[in-house]
Amino acid sequence: MSSVNPSAYPDTDSDAAPPRKEWPLWEIFIRGQHGMSHRHVGSLHAPDSEMAIKNARDVYTRRNEGVSIWAVESRHIAATVPSEKGPMFEPSESKVYRHPTFYDIPDEVGHM
Amino acid sequence: MADTIDRTALQQFLLRMGDNTLILGHRVSEWCGHAPVLEEDIALANTALDLIGQTQLWLDYAAEVEGAGRSADDLAFLRDVWDFRNVLLVELPNGDFGQTLMRQFLYDAWASIMLGRLQKSADERVREIAEKAAKENAYHVERSADTVVGLGDGTEESHKRMQAALDYLYPYVGELFESDATDAAMVEAGVAPDPAGLREDYDALVGRVMADATLRLPEKAYVHRGGRSGTMHTEHLGHLLCTMQWLQRAYPGCRW
Repeated sequence: MSSVNPSAYPDTDSDAAPPRKEWPLWEIFIRGQHGMSHRHVGSLHAPDSEMAIKNARDVYTRRNEGVSIWAVESRHIAATVPSEKGPMFEPSESKVYRHPTFYDIPDEVGHM
Repeated sequence: MADTIDRTALQQFLLRMGDNTLILGHRVSEWCGHAPVLEEDIALANTALDLIGQTQLWLDYAAEVEGAGRSADDLAFLRDVWDFRNVLLVELPNGDFGQTLMRQFLYDAWASIMLGRLQKSADERVREIAEKAAKENAYHVERSADTVVGLGDGTEESHKRMQAALDYLYPYVGELFESDATDAAMVEAGVAPDPAGLREDYDALVGRVMADATLRLPEKAYVHRGGRSGTMHTEHLGHLLCTMQWLQRAYPGCRW
């Protein structure tokens, strides 16, 4: 069994599902300022990518939150399978040496 | 600027601009909580708020020019039907979602051309209001045009409804391009363009969008008029004002 679900939202995958009456679901990413990365802010429904961007503008940037919007149809997002989270994530719990807490950093280095 | 021109004409012009955005803004706000999908509900509410914001600017200036001690709020909430100067198009009922968006596009397309011209106005205040409103309108017209195309060139049902909306609304478009003495005074003072001069650009823009939407423009449409001159409004405006003005009428001066 794979620990990766190629489509996080199987219900919106048009290949297998019967003709849907709902618009597809889109995930919206917004960059708050220049130089920052886009961050996931939520999802919405839209008939196509242009309307997804417009809807995102209306739903998520009403209070001047963004300078850039990305929209990706939810069915294109690959995600981990919740039931496989043991093998996926637990092995790293016991590897404390991966956290850089064993080094003395000289004061003169300052913030790093 | 306002001191050297016919103040009555300037005030009438400002009322026409402000009443258009006020009445359309109120109409669009009626969808709040009722739109077919959440995303459209929020988008329509945003549009309504933009229009009400523009109203504030136009009516503030109209009240100032009038110089009778009235505020923009007084103009919005304490005038009766016969004092409104909006075109009939914007007071027509919402109908279905398609009819609302068709009305929105027919207005947005006009506003996009009008606001472009007003940014060259000799009146600095008018220029400033137009600059702010034009940015908001640029998004409105893109959105309403896209929706008209999406629904017009959509399913058999949506196409039928959009054609019906266009047939119903188009006879109200002609009023946007009528010129009278007020307009002549505005042209003379360099404040605003002659409305008739916007028609060519409007027909080109609307023609393009309707072609994409596979919709047919009615030929030789009758022109309903009387709103912007104040000689006649439709029965619908009174009902709209009843709802919009009720609170201030029942509780004069009420604030919250």
